[in-house]
Amino acid sequence: MTTTPSSAARPGLAGPALIPALVAIALALAGPTLGPYGADLMVKMMILSIFALSLQLLVGMTGLVSLGHAAFYGIGAYVTVLASGSEGGNLLVLGLLSMAGAAGYALVVGALSLRTRGVYFIMVTLAFAQMAYFVFHDTPVGGGSDGIYLYVRPAAGALDMENRTVMFYVVLAALAATYALLALIGRSRFGAALAGIRVNEQRMRAAGFPVYGYKLAAFVLAGALAGLAGCLVASRDGVVNPELLGWHNSGEVLLMIILGGLGHLRGAVIGAVAFTLLKEVLSTHAMVGPLANHWQLTLGIAIIVFVALLPRGLIGLAARISPRNTP
Amino acid sequence: MSPRPAVPKGARTAARQGEGTPVSRLLAVEQLTRRFGGLVAVNAVTLDLHLGEVHAVIGTNGAGKSTLINMLSGEIEASVGRITLDGQDITRRAQYRRALGGVGRSYQRTTIFPEFTVHENCRLAAQAATPRPWTIWQSAQGCAASNAAADAALEAAGLAAEARRIAGTLSHGAKRQLEVAMCLATQPRVLLLDEPLAGMGAEETDRMLTLLAQLKATHAILLVEHDMDAVFRIADRITVMVNGAVIATGAPAEIRVNPEVRTAYLGEGH
Repeated sequence: MTTTPSSAARPGLAGPALIPALVAIALALAGPTLGPYGADLMVKMMILSIFALSLQLLVGMTGLVSLGHAAFYGIGAYVTVLASGSEGGNLLVLGLLSMAGAAGYALVVGALSLRTRGVYFIMVTLAFAQMAYFVFHDTPVGGGSDGIYLYVRPAAGALDMENRTVMFYVVLAALAATYALLALIGRSRFGAALAGIRVNEQRMRAAGFPVYGYKLAAFVLAGALAGLAGCLVASRDGVVNPELLGWHNSGEVLLMIILGGLGHLRGAVIGAVAFTLLKEVLSTHAMVGPLANHWQLTLGIAIIVFVALLPRGLIGLAARISPRNTP
Repeated sequence: MSPRPAVPKGARTAARQGEGTPVSRLLAVEQLTRRFGGLVAVNAVTLDLHLGEVHAVIGTNGAGKSTLINMLSGEIEASVGRITLDGQDITRRAQYRRALGGVGRSYQRTTIFPEFTVHENCRLAAQAATPRPWTIWQSAQGCAASNAAADAALEAAGLAAEARRIAGTLSHGAKRQLEVAMCLATQPRVLLLDEPLAGMGAEETDRMLTLLAQLKATHAILLVEHDMDAVFRIADRITVMVNGAVIATGAPAEIRVNPEVRTAYLGEGH
């Protein structure tokens, strides 16, 4: 007789909540000790982690490989700048607007692209992202190819993004909330259905799931979370330009989750951190000398080596070291 | 369909031959046709599925049996014809809505979720009935209704002891059982089974036939199967298809002696 379902048989998407929570607390405590360079790098990595997590919902959890995810990131960033007046804007309002703008575009892109699959889906998402890119690149709506500056960073009462410490904690809170949301989804009915769709779409349809609707919901949510990351990156940089929506940016975030490990939320964060650090190290003259001028080349080689040695990503390395975690 | 003398197989079967028994008729197929370009894969097929009956469809490879199942389950759209479930026209209804309406199917090629446990496979299938995807604060594992349906399906299919195993590690026969269990977990009224016995050993076949015999009391079953011994053991009615068209429908005893069927399909073995 079966009474309860097994829980430990398969590594869940969310994994135990303990480690991510400890990391978040450690980051919160370490914040003040980081110094300007460290804190800034950390903020950058946390924003990219949110971006990578949003793509993990699509690629790792639902099996939808999108090569146009930067469009939503870029739209979120542009909405933040365009909706800010010369006296800045309310952080919470801008955050929600950015998410809504990105989700709106994701709804259109998803509704059309999800009718295709596999390599066609990749191409259609890429095409829609390039379309958005050229709207910002070739029309005056966002200042053309030079982009536009933010006069004043967003604020909401004491949460003033002009203050670097506040920014650190706002970004950390956004990352924690995104991670927690996706972890909850991973264990929910919605997440279970997405996992089923990833493994066998045909069977899910035969069981009675409206697969298209589930995929569209995941696509829109992923777009909204990418929009949140975009709002934060605009607040951090104080400037946006069309390159945020570029296909190489979509490619980089895909590389991050592959590098970290597909299908695991931790993989997205680890991948974003590892990718950013690699890029930082390989483009610093003090670290690698004249090779720093060719950081794209060395970064490419480094990623090829990583992927070849760790086909399951950096998260697979942890599993290899501690046999308890192997599935 | 041409009128046929009632088969001496019992009152229920005899009564069903008349037109006046809509109660037991769950799924009706009229003149169903599917063309792929110039090829007519299924040609004007008419058949009924009744509660309490195993209706086998036999035919050579390429006779259109799988295309027929795919049209009934909604994977392929019919070119011409009508499918009704409980008298409601479902010919153009999306597959998932047919599934929710009680049409369950299994696949010829096993389509389980190999990386999930056996129980999770069934729970996920059962979850379609109580989807509530927005309740993200509730865990999927804790869904009582889905767990109960999964437990019942595993029990029925004889897989209860394997519930915690990773589905991909099951034997071939057990995977076929799981395929049927996942179909049962959705609590369908009509079962469309595409070669459930393929590749099964004698013991596993026996178990599956026993299960089908139990299930037919509460389900209308369409069975596509190549194992002729099994078909003649379990079927209440047999439809023979050749090149997409039905050449005969009747009780097993009738089909066995039908000269057309013998020439076209059964051959010297029978």
